[in-house]
Amino acid sequence: MKRKKDRGAKGNAPDAAERESSAAEHESCADELIQLLSEDGAARRRFLKQTLLAGGGLAAANLLFSYHARASAHTSAAADAAAAPSNKLSTIPVTLRVNGRDYPLQLEPQVMLLDALRERIGLTGSKKGCDRGQCGACTVLADGHRINSCLALAASYDGAEITTIEGLARGDELHPLQAAFIKHDGFQCGYCTPGQIMSAAGLLREGCPTGMTVRECMSGNICRCGAYNGILAAIEEVRGSKA
Amino acid sequence: MRAYLPDYELRAPRSLTDALALLAREPGGWRAFAGGTDLMVLLEAGLLTHRKFLSIWHLPELKGIEVANDHVTLGALTTYTEVQRDETMRREFPLLGAAARETGGIAIQNRGTLGGNIVNASPAADSPPALLVYDAELELVSTRGTRLLPYREFHTGYKQMNMQSDELLTRIRLPRTTGDLKTYYRKVGTRKAQAISKVCFAAGARMNDGRIADVRLALGSVAPTVVRCTQTEELLRNQTIDEATTKAAREMLMTEITPIDDMRSTADYRLNVAANLLADFLRQLKHT
Ligand SMILES: Cc1cc2nc3c(=O)[nH]c(=O)nc-3n(C[C@H](O)[C@H](O)[C@H](O)COP(=O)(O)OP(=O)(O)OC[C@H]3O[C@@H](n4cnc5c(N)ncnc54)[C@H](O)[C@@H]3O)c2cc1C
Ligand code: FES
Ligand code: FES
Repeated sequence: MKRKKDRGAKGNAPDAAERESSAAEHESCADELIQLLSEDGAARRRFLKQTLLAGGGLAAANLLFSYHARASAHTSAAADAAAAPSNKLSTIPVTLRVNGRDYPLQLEPQVMLLDALRERIGLTGSKKGCDRGQCGACTVLADGHRINSCLALAASYDGAEITTIEGLARGDELHPLQAAFIKHDGFQCGYCTPGQIMSAAGLLREGCPTGMTVRECMSGNICRCGAYNGILAAIEEVRGSKA
Repeated sequence: MRAYLPDYELRAPRSLTDALALLAREPGGWRAFAGGTDLMVLLEAGLLTHRKFLSIWHLPELKGIEVANDHVTLGALTTYTEVQRDETMRREFPLLGAAARETGGIAIQNRGTLGGNIVNASPAADSPPALLVYDAELELVSTRGTRLLPYREFHTGYKQMNMQSDELLTRIRLPRTTGDLKTYYRKVGTRKAQAISKVCFAAGARMNDGRIADVRLALGSVAPTVVRCTQTEELLRNQTIDEATTKAAREMLMTEITPIDDMRSTADYRLNVAANLLADFLRQLKHT
């Protein structure tokens, strides 16, 4: 971060707090993050350690669940218990209600909803694109509202009604949005598609306020293939037939 | 690369009282975790240095928009979506709705909170300029008691705040005295959505008999903190809007802000854009 000495509030040596802050402010640009990350040797070393311990092949996310957490378990009820002893696997019971079915799980409190869905429950329709809220590939509905499941802690959705792409079709009958995406060619590689469709499902439920275009009401769902015309046509058609 | 999760600890206290007790017991040990839209980004990037967090997402005391006779209070957990959908907010505090609408994308708006935006203390955050125009006050609570602080006195330097480590931001209070302001909000970023501001400009004014009776100017991304530009306001007060006034105001504004070169933009660009936005605001003000 280039900070003019006479103007910046701080000197030029970025401390940890400044690195933290610069990441928060600049998350929009992948290049910037890569730059930051390459400065953070500690993070890379941690990753290497994880990968090596896992025999080299496993995705880092899988590891989260096989580790002996130093974190202590805290349910709401146990909240003010004295600090729990460390170095033992500590999980909390979390029941995720996904697509109308209950999944009782034991999770570390820090596990992300996206990881819980994909790695624990095995619903891999929700995709991991950026893992930091920028792309929308992980969009699911929580009590009818769109959220980025990569930014959400699974434990805070205990009992909430989660809907993923797997929950849209009725048996063999596609949800109107799914059918419309096919009809209008709303995808190329398809990686963003579950997120786009869930976001569109959220749009139908939340509504798109007057004065806002569908394009704006879909903001946050990025398509690298640029299939936006087909995506918008599909959503417009389903909205039109509902109105 | 993502941080190693077991290094982190998260608690979910049952009530605000429990949360405050925990903060008081270990000052500096615990930090609030609201929507997580700032914190999770740092975590994923392996840059979250603090390790122990207190989830406040479920605490009812920090939720909801309450309308009283002389002010509106917003719980610190009020989301951008809630701000945009509330009737009183739309009518009386449109700058905040405008900021909310341009923050992140829809999913971020459903989850990101005003409290998080304030305490994250980024000089590039988008709702603080609106809060400054509305003379917002912050309610800060600890086991030691409750205090009300003008938001203008909250940020004391780059990422420095007038907040103790045992305090939580509980509510944001907006005096209902600004409903008749002519307002102006512009966020200038690389794209419409999912972009951080290069310059963010929020303003409000009242005209009386062709003269500026009251004016408030607040900017983001042009100084170590978000700023109210009081010298420029002073210069504009009681003036008619003409070329000479606009020129003088532009010049004053450019001395009052101190933008820097960084990854998103340059100091020069920001100075010029800020001055142009001020001129645009004055032009619109004149023609309403
Ligand atoms: C993809 C993406 C796009 C974004 N776009 C924008 C944008 O356009 N404009 C913008 O301004 N921001 C943007 N942000 C940043 C972020 O969404 C906002 O700053 C949001 O308001 C943070 O709120 P939160 O509840 O998620 O905060 P959290 O991440 O939970 O917390 C942020 C900080 O505030 C502290 N905190 C939170 N609540 C309290 C409280 N009540 N009391 C004391 N401390 C508290 C936390 O300890 C932490 O330090 C974006 C983020 C992402 C991921
Ligand atoms: S994975 Fe990109 S927003 Fe969640
Ligand atoms: S279809 Fe490939 S990213 Fe959208």
